[in-house]
Amino acid sequence: MIISASQSIIIITVIALVTFFTRAVPFLVFSSHNETPKYIVYLGRVLPPAVIGMLIVYCVKNVRITEIPYGIPEIISIAIVAVLHVWKRNNLISILGGTLIYMFLVQAVF
Amino acid sequence: MNEKLKALKAAFPYTIPVFLGYLFIGIAFGVLFENKGYNFLWAILASTLIYAGSMQYVAINLFTGDIGLINIAFITLMVNIRHVFYGLSMIDKFKNMGKFKPYMIFSLTDETYSLLCLTDSPEGINKNYFLFFIALLNQSYWVLGSFIGSVAGSLITINSKGIDFAMTALFVVIFVEQWLFVTSHIPAITGIIISLLCLVIFGSDNFLLPSMLLILIVLTIIRNKIEERISVEKEETE
Repeated sequence: MIISASQSIIIITVIALVTFFTRAVPFLVFSSHNETPKYIVYLGRVLPPAVIGMLIVYCVKNVRITEIPYGIPEIISIAIVAVLHVWKRNNLISILGGTLIYMFLVQAVF
Repeated sequence: MNEKLKALKAAFPYTIPVFLGYLFIGIAFGVLFENKGYNFLWAILASTLIYAGSMQYVAINLFTGDIGLINIAFITLMVNIRHVFYGLSMIDKFKNMGKFKPYMIFSLTDETYSLLCLTDSPEGINKNYFLFFIALLNQSYWVLGSFIGSVAGSLITINSKGIDFAMTALFVVIFVEQWLFVTSHIPAITGIIISLLCLVIFGSDNFLLPSMLLILIVLTIIRNKIEERISVEKEETE
């Protein structure tokens, strides 16, 4: 620890408060309405698929497709997760299967 | 069996993917934080109060004394600004959650958000308890992971390289699940294409915010088109 315990606690508190704030903003803005605006209901329906898509991209953001192994372990593993899931529709099988294959690929193959 | 226990039992299976992911990401956080001289009590404190995966990784490097609090607040805002958009799609879902609502908002991480998007409470289960337990279980995995990482991280000898892919896999599963359910695939495709575009343009450290804004703008522009399509398909199925 470079800084004191009380300084550290202040930093944790600031980060915690700002994080909570980012999560609470929409609820603060729309809590006064009894009826949620139609536009927000629409966003609530179309944002999740778009954001999940974005989060997948976020997960692979540091993959360099111009260098060995060209993102091949990620592409293979993501495809396997998707196929497993369409086939079995079991969260655990899809995630565990994909993760084990990915670990095998990055540790033993590439 | 009482209502709470029933909801807890119903919620647990849904959280297993997050359990795997959070445990390992949490352990990694615990190890890194420990290396900076912060023991398990600090790890538990940070994971309980902050509870934001990527931000806690960023935070590890902020305990140096030469970064001002205003700066720290701004960095936090930038890293977590995407959460504003999560809340937007949960306003209706959390509306009638009463005493649970503050915690549901506090615990709205990427992973909990995606589980809540995906999950509707099973028949005969109290919806509020069900959603609350999903959120609470997820955070308990996160705190547990950071604790384990802090105490025993350096002792773990198995080669865990690549285990963080569990999180990617979770998002892929949720993506597939939504893909199979929704009437319009335009939002999902929009999300992926815009994010890839922004990743190329803005780079891996800065692409989240522009991606979110562009997604919001595009989905707003094509609102009529999508709503038309959804209502047409609703009529067809009715």
